[in-house]
Amino acid sequence: MPLLEVKNLSVAYGAIKALHGVDLSVEQGQILTLIGCNGAGKTTTLRAISGMVRPSAGQVLLDGKPVTGLKPHEIVRLGMSHCPEGRGIFANLTVDENLALGAFMRRDHAAVNQDRQRVFTLFPRLKERLKQNAGTLSGGEQQMLAIGRALLARPRLLLLDEPSLGLAPQLVQTIFRIITEINQQGVTILLVEQNAHMALNVAHRAVVLETGAVAMSGDAKALASSDEVKKAYLGHG
Amino acid sequence: MADFLQILVTAVAVGSLYALIALGYTMVYGILKFINFAHSDVFVLGAWTGFTASTLLISRFSISGPPPLWLGPLVLVTAMVVCGLVGFTIERLAYKPLRKAPRLNVLITAIGVSLLLQNVGQLQFPIAPDLALPFGASPKRMPELLPDAALLTMSFGDNQVVIGLVDVIIVVSAITLMLALEVLVYRTRLGAAMRAVSFNTDNAALMGIPVDRVISITFVTGAMLAAAAGFLYSMKYPGLNQPAHEVWVLLGLKAFVAAVVGGIGNVRGAVLGGFLIALIEFMGQFVWARTLDQWFSTSMAPTLRDVYVFAVLIIVLLVKPTGLLGTPIREKV
Repeated sequence: MPLLEVKNLSVAYGAIKALHGVDLSVEQGQILTLIGCNGAGKTTTLRAISGMVRPSAGQVLLDGKPVTGLKPHEIVRLGMSHCPEGRGIFANLTVDENLALGAFMRRDHAAVNQDRQRVFTLFPRLKERLKQNAGTLSGGEQQMLAIGRALLARPRLLLLDEPSLGLAPQLVQTIFRIITEINQQGVTILLVEQNAHMALNVAHRAVVLETGAVAMSGDAKALASSDEVKKAYLGHG
Repeated sequence: MADFLQILVTAVAVGSLYALIALGYTMVYGILKFINFAHSDVFVLGAWTGFTASTLLISRFSISGPPPLWLGPLVLVTAMVVCGLVGFTIERLAYKPLRKAPRLNVLITAIGVSLLLQNVGQLQFPIAPDLALPFGASPKRMPELLPDAALLTMSFGDNQVVIGLVDVIIVVSAITLMLALEVLVYRTRLGAAMRAVSFNTDNAALMGIPVDRVISITFVTGAMLAAAAGFLYSMKYPGLNQPAHEVWVLLGLKAFVAAVVGGIGNVRGAVLGGFLIALIEFMGQFVWARTLDQWFSTSMAPTLRDVYVFAVLIIVLLVKPTGLLGTPIREKV
């Protein structure tokens, strides 16, 4: 049974249909990347999965159990953490407070502390900046904080929305290396990316969205070498 | 000199009450981005609940003469609990269904809730007339819970400055509550969650924060502070006007001005604004009263004290629209 299964998901913003009948599934332990152009519905798909928008039709199953209709904070408790578009850090709070909120619903303080140490191993920069207001961090550091904070919920499934957006090329490399590392530690990842090249490189499987529907899906390496994907998303061919 | 100090004492006492009320305005604005116009009526409710509770307790325990020391704190807690419950109910019934509605709808609803509270408070079929339940349309006098004693008297030549027990109790209670709120907002997990919800509701929910519950708690906290302010106010000014009286409206409005001047949405700004507004109100009156009356040979100066407050509001809005401690809201790109 896949960890996450999305069946026939449709979302409408007023009269505008953003998604029509998206199907996808993420296997335990894998990275699935969702690629596509601006406005294809990638972010909307993530928002519908994590409960931020209510789908007009379809189902989201976590561990085979429907989570559609649950509130976002209830879904987080079931082991799904969503690192939103634009990083979603709380600029008026310190780095330390941001991280603490990541573990908001957890009561296992010893384990939270362990997870904090693990986050500091992944992102040593965060440890240096604990008492600083998160709004004063650079874009790359904010992204690290956003990912680190999401990990503190100890998710089984991590939704990442454009983690490479607006970062310098070298930082993009670092972020993707860390995504692989997090995955190797056992976290299943659903990765939304515009940087299709990097995303297909780290992912196991991929889904291509076009105007709110699935255009292609399959093995990431196979998609990366398919002519259509090369032409439309990898900028050559 | 003595006059000046005496007015300063009053200004600090009243300022601490403005600050307590302003905190409720600012906390709700910080989280829901609308002005809770019903907040000043919760303050009035606090004063009147204090009246009803004291009358009830005094007759229940057949207290005659100076009331025992535990009565004041007990009435204070009662008023805070009652207003906390009312605040919870208002939020649940009136504002929560409008969570996704335009801000203007919520604002108009707040005005409606305000009118409702004012009018229910004046209802004329008392359930228990002795206790003023509902409060009724005639003024009442708050029983004396504290002796009107001077704690400290300073002499300046022929004049004296009296620091009364009531002033001290007001300032100490208000500051204690403000410090407690400071700890809650800046030192606890719940406070961090409040600030996160205030910054971005959607992203706060993604942290696993139960946003609706945090909003409820914020409302209840604000209402309890207003209740405390209402009760403390009635200790200093025991003549309670009927719940819809313009005196109450003006007090609530000045506390709102305090929140705006301090920087609405900013907890420390509300405290600063509260003291500042009271100082300007009382000092303005003190400094200008004689001068104006001499110039124009009138005696209208005392009625001008509200003008100073609103003049300051206009100046602050022109010079620093975000308020003294407010930060500009960046539009999201």
